[in-house]
Amino acid sequence: MAQLATQAPTVSAPRSPRSGRRTTRTNYELYGWVFMRASGVLLLVLIFGHLFMNLIDGDGINAIDFGFVAGKWASPLWQVWDLLMLWLAMIHGTNGVRTIINDYAERTGTRVVLKSALYLSFVVVVVLGTLVIFTFDPCPAGAPADLLPSFCTA
Amino acid sequence: MPDAPAGTLYRGREGMWSWVAHRVTGFLIFFFLLVHVLDTSLVRVSPEAYNAVIGTYKNPVMGLGEAGLVAAIVFHAFNGIRVMLVDFWSKGPRYQRVMLWVVVGLFVVTMAGFLPRHLMNVFGGH
Ligand code: HEM
Ligand code: HEM
Repeated sequence: MAQLATQAPTVSAPRSPRSGRRTTRTNYELYGWVFMRASGVLLLVLIFGHLFMNLIDGDGINAIDFGFVAGKWASPLWQVWDLLMLWLAMIHGTNGVRTIINDYAERTGTRVVLKSALYLSFVVVVVLGTLVIFTFDPCPAGAPADLLPSFCTA
Repeated sequence: MPDAPAGTLYRGREGMWSWVAHRVTGFLIFFFLLVHVLDTSLVRVSPEAYNAVIGTYKNPVMGLGEAGLVAAIVFHAFNGIRVMLVDFWSKGPRYQRVMLWVVVGLFVVTMAGFLPRHLMNVFGGH
């Protein structure tokens, strides 16, 4: 009895690092954390502006067609706006979904597959979206004039 | 690690549910964005192709979907600001619950401004 009462089990000191834990040695998770917040503030402005122009202003959704897009992208303001929105939203969203995968996909294999698919879609969408903004042709040859913005015939 | 029980005994309060909602909305918006960039890229195919696809965004079912998307964005955006205030403002953690109700209030006001306008565009028979 006396022995039981005096012999405490050996436990490691509080706050000592878990043994065998792999440290990351880098600050990338911190940079990601900061980026989520900085990009969030910018995205709020960019996306609310985008939704106002495309859903509220004028006839809202009914006004959107090829001519509408051509009219917007004739202005460098909206080109830069959409470009920033594309890149920031894709990095913010990809990083966020990466966190979600890390939280729920417990098997290493599953994580590798899901994250590969995630990064692949990131590259495809960002490259495609960027090319679309910069190679856009508002007056494609041979298209019916009534589908084009009015400045094509002027 | 034992598996989680079916259902859960964890009863987080507002803080947990706002976190769940933030996660779900962020996830949904991300997948919308993937599709959205693909459909916008049709402007490089032809005006006809773009107009045909964007035309489907104007029917009532899609119109309701857009309302849902905007609701998701508005919540995620306002709650995102709340998360930042909790992180950076010295009194943030103390007021996190009050700020959630501010988020809900701002959400209701924003949607009350947006919905009538959008639904009129969608159902107004243009
Ligand atoms: C139902 C709501 C939405 C509608 C009707 C809509 C409509 C459009 C239209 C017409 C364009 C062509 C260019 C322009 O107008 O600036 C566009 C481009 C774009 N939108 Fe949206 N949008 C919506 C929601 C969103 C949201 C929520 C996001 C962000 C998460 C977003 C991100 C973008 C991006 C990044 C582009 C540029 C695409 C590219 O680079 O090819 N949009 N959108
Ligand atoms: C409208 C402006 C936006 C703001 C203010 C904002 C803010 C934030 C913040 C602060 C976080 C970090 C939360 C945390 O660390 O606990 C976050 C996470 C996240 N955001 Fe956003 N965001 C915005 C737009 C977007 C968009 C457009 C997408 C999708 C493309 C998105 C997807 C996500 C995802 C998936 C997460 C991770 C959620 C989690 O880990 O639970 N957000 N957002």
